[in-house]
Amino acid sequence: MAAITEPPKADLREPAGWRRTKNRIATVLMWISFVVVIIPLIFVLYTVIAKGASVISWQFLTSGPIPPNVLPADVGGMGPAVLGTIEIVALASAITVPLGVLGAIYLNEYGGKNWLAWFIGFMADVMTGVPSIVMGLFIFSIWVLHFGFSGLAGAFALGALMLPIVIRSTYEMLLLVPDTLREGSYALGASKSRVTLTVVLPAALGGIVSGVLLAIARAAGETAPLLFTILTVTSANPNVFSGPNTSLPSQIFANATQPYPGAQARGWGAALTLIAIAFILMIAARIVTARYARYQR
Amino acid sequence: MSTATQADQAAPGSVPARGLTAPRGLADRSFQWLALGAGLLVLVILVLIAFSTTQQAWPWFKTEGLGIFGTVWDPAANKFGATPFIYGTFVTGVIALVVAVPVSVAIALLLTQVVPYRIARPIVYVVDLLAVVPSVVWGLWGILVFAPWIQHIYAHIGSAVDGIPVLGALFGPPTSGASFFTAGIILAFMITPIVTSLSREVIATVPSIDREGAYALGATRWEMIRGVVQPHSQGGVVGAVLLGLGRAVGETIAAALVIGSSPTITSHLFSTGYSMPAVIANQFGESTGVFKAGLIGLGVLLFAFTIIINVVARAIVDRSARRMRGE
Amino acid sequence: MEDPQPNVAAKTELPKPAALQETRARDVSSAPGNCIFDVNNVSIYYGSFKAVTDVTLPVYENEITAFIGSSGSGKSTVLRSFNRMNDLIPGARLEGEMAYRGESLYGRDVSATAVRRRIGMVFQKPNPFPKSIYDNVAYGPRINGIHNKGKLDEIVESSLRKAALWEEVKNRLKTSGLSLSGGQAQRLCIARTIAVEPDVVLMDEPASALDPIATGAIEDLMKELKQQYTIIVVTHNMQQATRVSDRTAFFYVLTDTKSDTRTGVLVEYGPTAQIFEDPKDPRTQGYVTGRVG
Repeated sequence: MAAITEPPKADLREPAGWRRTKNRIATVLMWISFVVVIIPLIFVLYTVIAKGASVISWQFLTSGPIPPNVLPADVGGMGPAVLGTIEIVALASAITVPLGVLGAIYLNEYGGKNWLAWFIGFMADVMTGVPSIVMGLFIFSIWVLHFGFSGLAGAFALGALMLPIVIRSTYEMLLLVPDTLREGSYALGASKSRVTLTVVLPAALGGIVSGVLLAIARAAGETAPLLFTILTVTSANPNVFSGPNTSLPSQIFANATQPYPGAQARGWGAALTLIAIAFILMIAARIVTARYARYQR
Repeated sequence: MSTATQADQAAPGSVPARGLTAPRGLADRSFQWLALGAGLLVLVILVLIAFSTTQQAWPWFKTEGLGIFGTVWDPAANKFGATPFIYGTFVTGVIALVVAVPVSVAIALLLTQVVPYRIARPIVYVVDLLAVVPSVVWGLWGILVFAPWIQHIYAHIGSAVDGIPVLGALFGPPTSGASFFTAGIILAFMITPIVTSLSREVIATVPSIDREGAYALGATRWEMIRGVVQPHSQGGVVGAVLLGLGRAVGETIAAALVIGSSPTITSHLFSTGYSMPAVIANQFGESTGVFKAGLIGLGVLLFAFTIIINVVARAIVDRSARRMRGE
Repeated sequence: MEDPQPNVAAKTELPKPAALQETRARDVSSAPGNCIFDVNNVSIYYGSFKAVTDVTLPVYENEITAFIGSSGSGKSTVLRSFNRMNDLIPGARLEGEMAYRGESLYGRDVSATAVRRRIGMVFQKPNPFPKSIYDNVAYGPRINGIHNKGKLDEIVESSLRKAALWEEVKNRLKTSGLSLSGGQAQRLCIARTIAVEPDVVLMDEPASALDPIATGAIEDLMKELKQQYTIIVVTHNMQQATRVSDRTAFFYVLTDTKSDTRTGVLVEYGPTAQIFEDPKDPRTQGYVTGRVG
């Protein structure tokens, strides 16, 4: 029998030298990238809050008309802009959400694998990439030229922007509803439209709502589609169907190029309001998603 | 529609097979048509966009002819050449990609290969927060805070490289806070969330078996990424990058506020410039006649360009996803 | 050392399955009741694939008919054709005659929706809707046009009672149907199905996803329900077939080695006692004794 010698010590440390260093550098770079992204985010949020908080007040949010740019920030307020944003975004949602949900229903429940459904789905995705300013020019060309500026035109432009987003997110939610639920409903003698409306939609509702909230948050912050459709004005227009209007993003855009500190301060205040709205909608969307996931079990 | 009653059930053979021929309800059929109509609306809108804007822009196409690609845009002199804006759009887009893509892909890798799921969630939230900031707020911050601050940095770099062959041409004077480069950076911030999220989706489809195989051979994480993740996902990431480019190119308001608003074709990235969406946003209000038609025409060019980029990008992403699934 | 091997090829006396030892209320081999389903030379295709070939069997009222056979033999396919559920699969078509109480189920003017209101189905995996227990059971009556609260309350209670679930849930009718255990959820699905007062209840392996105790409850329920409804049940569990069914149909996968195709066929159909104690076809015998499939 051969003498039993000590086996060579296994080297279990990490590969030495260049390989290990390269790996470390790569990891560090990845973390740096994340930090690089956080920095401007923090800066923007910090600036907006710092410069905008002092301007925000009940008067700021509700009173109008919007004063001339020379006047300091504590005179008047952005009330018309707040009203405009709420009216126009609400109208856009009311038009787009039913159409978007119906479109997604077509794609998932009726279209199935046929080429038209695939094509519509593909073009809906492509449509999410159409610049918002093009939507504004589009509504200008087919509506404003005939019917004038109005909150309604702005709502159409925002709606065109929201439509493909709502379709895509609703479609993903409908896809998640298990087929056995549909079968259970069919087996009780329900027609296809009933199955969809009474079982599939309710089952997907949480996810759909969450997607809609995110689309609304996106639309509320858009300026370009409104430039040529509502024709930024300074007094409140509660009638969203006729007459020019204004909105928070429109005002911010108008004020950003002003040299007067008063106008700039109002711009910051409006920016803070806008970010707060978008933030609240985003949180609401996450809450709905979490609640819905628990219910789905 | 009556339901069978107890009495009917009791006596075998007495229940006739009635009511089997109820016709398909009107409500059911209308719902189907309604859903189809909503779906077709997408196609209808796209076609209408193309037609209506081209129609409005027709005076410009007609008067300038091929001159639409001229290099001078001077409304006062009735010259409407689009090249300065096409150039500016191109330059800011490239700058945005150069800055955003490495950062976004790095974060995507961080999220999929490095951090455990629990830490990944908050990181994703933070990156998504970038998307919550509206374009106009980026622009406001850009022009009132960022541009004045970075102006000094540009000035220093500018004077330092002045005279040096390539660097001087790119980064030399004249410099301005509101410039191509500033616009490019701000656009980079704005497209990072979408490029990160799409890259993440693509990278996440790399099969675990392949990744584990590399580890099993004693590869470090970076070696595994280079050897396994990259080949599998590069197609998809290219698609994600193109989609980011599409977004950058179309972003209007942020660019309009910080690009400097001067239609110049120059290699100096720190100088003022202009882009297609920016000029449309800034000058539309005061435009008339051929001027207005020209601006709408720029919109048509922008529309065509983004449609092409998006179709190509989506096709690439779809194909890479299908290949990953083994179809 | 070696046990004498029984000769499979020859007809042997098979031990009587335990369940059949008890006297049955009705001797099924004598004149059966009304013929509810008349299936004649039915073949079912999925696209170009012939899943089921040439099935002929009459199904009788107020009986429990069991479909047994190995996977792929077409039991579920035939079951689903009784309530037109195969219509939901693109490319599915049926050849031959299938009549329900004398009227063709696949006639030109026949509405699948109307068929399913008379012929209900319980699925293998319980699929309660994400609604309350009450709304689950009331769903069917509501789509039939019954909206009166009092009437609905009545129907919900009576259906839950018939499904032997009432006592367990009567105090929490508003809680989610998803919160029930497997056996309860399946009974909820049965309650939901009988709430529309169907004529026939089809069951596709209703207990295969359940534990033995829940299975027993479902089987007892089936025997109760057959007094009022006609039941056809697909099952993998032969003991279950002997325990609950009056008549059994044995399906088999026929492979054609020449063309390398498979299809499902009906091999034997008769009173359960006969199928299990005295099968006429050797393939049936092979299956029920567990030697094959």
